[in-house]
Amino acid sequence: MAGGAVSGGSAASDTYAEARQWLLVPSWLVLGIFVLAPVCVMVIYSFLTKEFRGGVIWDPTLAAYDQFFFDRGLFGDGDPKLQWTYISIFWRSIWQAGLATILSLLIGFPTAYYIATRPSSTRTLWVFLITIPYWVNLLIRTVSMKFLLRDEGPLNGFLMNVGLINDPLHIINTNLAVQLGLFYSYLPFMVLPIYAAVERYNFTLSEAAADLYATKWTTLRRILLPAVKPGVIAGCILVFVPSLGAFLAPDLLGGAKNFMIGSLIEEQFKGNAGNWPFGAAASMILLSMVMIILLILSSQRRRAGVDQ
Amino acid sequence: MDDAAKIAVDVRDVYKRYGDVTVLHQISLAIYDNEFFTLLGPSGCGKTTLLRMIAGFEDVSQGGIYLFGDEIKALPPHKRPVNTVFQNYALFPHMTVLENVGFGLEMKGRSRAEAAKRAGEMLELVQLSKFAKRKPAQLSGGQQQRVALARALAPSPKVLLLDEPLSALDLKLRKAMQIELKHIQRETGITFIFVTHDQEEALTMSDRIAVMSAGELQQLGAPRDIYEYPRNMFVANFIGDTNLFEVSVNKITNGRAQCHIGGGQELTTDAVDGVAVGSKVNLSVRPERMILSHQSSDGESLKGTVTENIFIGTDITTLVDLDGGPKITIRTSNTERGNKRLIEPGNPAFVTMEAGAARLLAD
Repeated sequence: MAGGAVSGGSAASDTYAEARQWLLVPSWLVLGIFVLAPVCVMVIYSFLTKEFRGGVIWDPTLAAYDQFFFDRGLFGDGDPKLQWTYISIFWRSIWQAGLATILSLLIGFPTAYYIATRPSSTRTLWVFLITIPYWVNLLIRTVSMKFLLRDEGPLNGFLMNVGLINDPLHIINTNLAVQLGLFYSYLPFMVLPIYAAVERYNFTLSEAAADLYATKWTTLRRILLPAVKPGVIAGCILVFVPSLGAFLAPDLLGGAKNFMIGSLIEEQFKGNAGNWPFGAAASMILLSMVMIILLILSSQRRRAGVDQ
Repeated sequence: MDDAAKIAVDVRDVYKRYGDVTVLHQISLAIYDNEFFTLLGPSGCGKTTLLRMIAGFEDVSQGGIYLFGDEIKALPPHKRPVNTVFQNYALFPHMTVLENVGFGLEMKGRSRAEAAKRAGEMLELVQLSKFAKRKPAQLSGGQQQRVALARALAPSPKVLLLDEPLSALDLKLRKAMQIELKHIQRETGITFIFVTHDQEEALTMSDRIAVMSAGELQQLGAPRDIYEYPRNMFVANFIGDTNLFEVSVNKITNGRAQCHIGGGQELTTDAVDGVAVGSKVNLSVRPERMILSHQSSDGESLKGTVTENIFIGTDITTLVDLDGGPKITIRTSNTERGNKRLIEPGNPAFVTMEAGAARLLAD
């Protein structure tokens, strides 16, 4: 029923209750084998001693976490000093992911709103257009972005040809390049949930607000935004979380100076610098941060939960 | 309405077009101050479009709309001093009942405290004070409807627009709300413009009714006028039950038309403009305005045969096959007197029309 007259409660009847309890078995199995078990392995590894050139020694220690936060001098026997190398990588990651989220929101929200207010016959086409980039692998998209942005690339070529600049802009290997990569990779994840929320929005509510002397801006702020907030929060989570752990964009576009957590962790598990317990510890710290952020956002979402 | 009555909303030669489609065709209406005015018509007749044009949600393609003398067609909705009760209420789901009702006042620049105070008073008016802290979803349909009404009334609009606000309610509640709405309208003295497709609802509540069909105004008048003197086929058919059949006009003398209804039977009724001698026209008679009897009286009664009696509670509907003429229905009230007049199916019957009951329809 329209007009918010939905009374909530269970939608399904009892007829299929017995069958229903088996529906989640496949996903529990998948989650158990491919998510829960690896996370357990990582938790355990993060408390073990490192074996040079990869692997672990079954000797429990807090060394990996200690290494993350403290500097104990060259021989590991000095007084512990807080060390900023890894913390600042984390901080940069959060900052970059946060910025990517805000940019995606600023561009994604109007886009989603525009699509959701098209005639329903053309909406499918718009959504289809939004998803087209996803037909191409992320690696390839990121590499082509690198090609576009490099000093001799088409972007600089164009800008120099029209005379806007004389020397090429050094975009590659900067935070800006990483930001562009992240933002570009995850923008659709912002657009789609917001689109779904705006599409469900009852526009009579906006009419009612206008009828009650609210300006367009006030209507957006007081009526539309609260109504589509769950979609906005979902979009922010979907952009922020993968941006935080991304390693392709920082790796390919950022270079060594613009390391993010994802690359840091990746590096611990491959090549000669490998330090599995440290990589596991960094993963655990990342995981805890994401969990905290999700908890905060989901409590927000519960507050925004409109009907109950 | 006396002549001195102020005009609240003046709709002048308004057209509404979507591309090539004209959905409103030259509508002109004057709605008076303090009036309960109803736009009545079947779905798709343009009544809601007209209401939305007054509210400002639809542009006027041609013509003008004046609110107490001021042209408002260029004003956006939030600058028009009118409020709307929406069909599905459109209550803000994330706000409490009190916040919903106070919203308009807050937007008009009153402080939150002031808005809440006035909102509380409005909730008292619709007897929902107890529910001030609830969310709309926690209320029944009837309660939501009253919140919507309180919300629209709170900013003291100059005109209140109601877009089929009762259509989602069940019959009993709808009847109760019809009376309550009428009372609130009298109490507040605000002009109500009410849109409905339910003719009974329109007759119950309105001071005046505009009957619309296919984007055109069919008839404008008080409920009784519209019911008793329908101007055309559409109005006669749409408002109440009626018998409609074709007659040919034999002669017109002193404003009275003698009409042939077939089988040599004739009846005389008031002539109307646009009906000429020799023409075939439609005639409308309300079923409750005819009297059944066993004998002919005054030579004015029509002869026929009863085919069926149908008991419908307050009345009994009798189907009569007029000799050489149409089949008609007659409604007799379920009273001792009425029941005495009933005739068993298969028996001959005489039908007498009350004075002025038969109405010729010019178009």
